[in-house]
Amino acid sequence: MSLGGQAVSPVAGAHRSGEVGREAGRRRRARPLWLRSYSYWSYQYKRIWRSSITTSFLYPLLYLAAMGVGLGSLIDKHVHHVGGFGYLDYVAPGLLAATAMQIGANEAMYPVMGAIKWYRSYFAMLATPIRVIDVLRGHLAWIATRVALVSAIYLVVIAAFGVIHSPLAVLALPAAVAAGMAFAAPIAAFAATQDKDVGFTTIYRFVLVPLFLFSGTFFPVSELPGWLRPIAYATPLYHGVSLCRGLVLGTASLWPAVGDAAYLVVVAAVGYRLARATFTKRLVL
Amino acid sequence: MVLARGLEKRFGDFVAVDRVDFEIAAGESFGFLGPNGAGKTSTMRMISCMSPVTAGVLRVLGMDPATDGPAIRARIGLVPQEDTLDLELTVLDNLMVYGRYFDLPRKVIRERAMRLLEFAQLTERANDRVDPLSGGMKRRLTIARSLISEPDLLILDEPTTGLDPQARHLLWDRLYRLKQQGVTLVITTHYMDEAEQLCDRLVVMDRGRFAAEGSPRELIERYSTKEVVELRFGSGEHEAVEERLKDAATRTEVLPDRLLLYTSDGDAALAEVHRRGLAPESALVRRSTLEDVFLHLTGRTLVD
Repeated sequence: MSLGGQAVSPVAGAHRSGEVGREAGRRRRARPLWLRSYSYWSYQYKRIWRSSITTSFLYPLLYLAAMGVGLGSLIDKHVHHVGGFGYLDYVAPGLLAATAMQIGANEAMYPVMGAIKWYRSYFAMLATPIRVIDVLRGHLAWIATRVALVSAIYLVVIAAFGVIHSPLAVLALPAAVAAGMAFAAPIAAFAATQDKDVGFTTIYRFVLVPLFLFSGTFFPVSELPGWLRPIAYATPLYHGVSLCRGLVLGTASLWPAVGDAAYLVVVAAVGYRLARATFTKRLVL
Repeated sequence: MVLARGLEKRFGDFVAVDRVDFEIAAGESFGFLGPNGAGKTSTMRMISCMSPVTAGVLRVLGMDPATDGPAIRARIGLVPQEDTLDLELTVLDNLMVYGRYFDLPRKVIRERAMRLLEFAQLTERANDRVDPLSGGMKRRLTIARSLISEPDLLILDEPTTGLDPQARHLLWDRLYRLKQQGVTLVITTHYMDEAEQLCDRLVVMDRGRFAAEGSPRELIERYSTKEVVELRFGSGEHEAVEERLKDAATRTEVLPDRLLLYTSDGDAALAEVHRRGLAPESALVRRSTLEDVFLHLTGRTLVD
């Protein structure tokens, strides 16, 4: 075996001492562990952001055009709206919350299961200083970032449509993030227990699509049959929609808005606790 | 570097690691040899602080995995049994992301990455996606990645399983260089040639326990003879032939496809076989290996 020739040394001592010296000079503060796992997802995103634009952004815009502008002009001819708001004004903030839900849910399904089963990226992280709790926090923080990015752009677009009626609309951004996380956290908890994607299809068919249609996004929940209304009120999306709508249109009153926000935060927090348990169960052998 | 006393790992009723004791010194290359399911990986996972200890004492780099997991892992490099590379990212980005997990500045990661890619002979593939790389390349990248933090202790769980002979030899050469640079290696394998090549000291593991412990040479001297004659007869004849050759060797062993004669002088034993009028389909005289040690200790072959 010839070991002479090329002097390739991966752990050269000289390099090491040099680096230590420089680092000490700069006195870097250690990055929080969750932020390190977060950086994985941001690296990933650099590669896929183009394709993600379609699902996370183009679809809600198409809905906005079809429902708000198209169907809206028909509705506005026949229906007198209180406060002078048209149907576009009604549906646009609702779609903001619905989009937040969609992205939050999406990002918590396949990416979470994939990071356990297919790409094993969670396990790669766990071989480094990162702990299970950091894996979870980093991923949820990344999902929140994704929801925030799309919501921010969406708010700018609906502003161009003239839908923003109040400075309170700025608060619709955190409201949308809360709505997204109220789905992302519990769904991540569920995804960490899954080996196949049939569960996700079920969530889509029986949870997300019905919520999208019947949580007050396109028409008031008060139009639903009486027995369905309590179910609608119990869903996080209903609270996300009414909160976003109240903030964007400036019709929100303090306590109901606080109630909606608190509901979303509680659901997200419960989901986070569940996810802590399911992540630990799945990732610690 | 690593100290274990009465170390135990249980999954429910199943005992994966059954109260083992060992010590691994700095700069040493220590091997866990054994068949699948012997408890090697469970031991590795406990040392790398990814799996909690059920009972017993474990100290890694002087610290307790139960309380100092992140601090220990910051100084360990792990090459897991299954690659955990990101197949969609490029070779270089895989190193960059991993370096970030250790909170290294980008500039430092980039410098080290260049050196490590050279070491792993992947420089030309730096900007290619990982997915289409060969198994050997992926394995070398995993090893390069595990070195990005310049670990004091490198843990390799079956580093060459599933690789072709050429890829294995290249990997062994790279690991040998690391060893020469003073990196402490902990290796699990079910290949005895790998253990002989790389390990200063090893334990033979079977059903969660250590069946033997020592250097490869010591183990062979203690548990096997100097040479082995491998004889192949027609199927089903081996047991009958064994009876006729019992006194021609120190020890005999029947495997599904061959008969082994353990002896200090292989050529003499083979001559005796022919003198007794036996005509094996094939015959091979070779030196004893760790495989023979394992067979002797457990009655089973390593790769089943």
